[in-house]
Amino acid sequence: MTKSELVDIVAEAHGQITRREAEVVVNEVIHAISGALSEGERVELRGFGSFTVKKRDPRVGRNPKTGESVHVPAKVVPHFKPGKELRERVDATS
Amino acid sequence: MTKAEIANIIYERIGLSKKESAQIVETVLNEMKQALEAGEDVKLSGFGHFMIREKHARRGRNPKTGEDITIEPRRVVTFRSSQLLKEKLLEGGE
Repeated sequence: MTKSELVDIVAEAHGQITRREAEVVVNEVIHAISGALSEGERVELRGFGSFTVKKRDPRVGRNPKTGESVHVPAKVVPHFKPGKELRERVDATS
Repeated sequence: MTKAEIANIIYERIGLSKKESAQIVETVLNEMKQALEAGEDVKLSGFGHFMIREKHARRGRNPKTGEDITIEPRRVVTFRSSQLLKEKLLEGGE
């Protein structure tokens, strides 16, 4: 499923909004999550999962091609943990 | 950030009632869940990909009792964030 397929489904499910508005909704949902994460805030979507930001310490890495040591600075990375309902529903069909 | 806060952003952006805004946010998440449940990956460009991975059975250990156990094969959801989201987090963290 791609973003545009998701937009189509949302527009079909809600007759009162246009496809264009459904697109705004999907984009706003994504924008809200990434905005909160970039502020270091946790996003908890009950039944779906939670997004958090994890800190990575600086480390000395190595260029695998040249063997040269490189300094990898500290950084923050997004992390998603599926919620109980999503976890169970996905596993139930396996 | 929670679903209610995201619904509020939608409410302010589009001429929908608070109730409808909350329902649409729920639809967005539900449709993503359904796709994942059906074994389909969800790709939201500019944000990230939710992917289904099949895990093989493996031997584990109950860390509390030290007992050897078999971890059954299962199906899990993983999230791979897009380069764009990673960059946004690095900028926002400063």
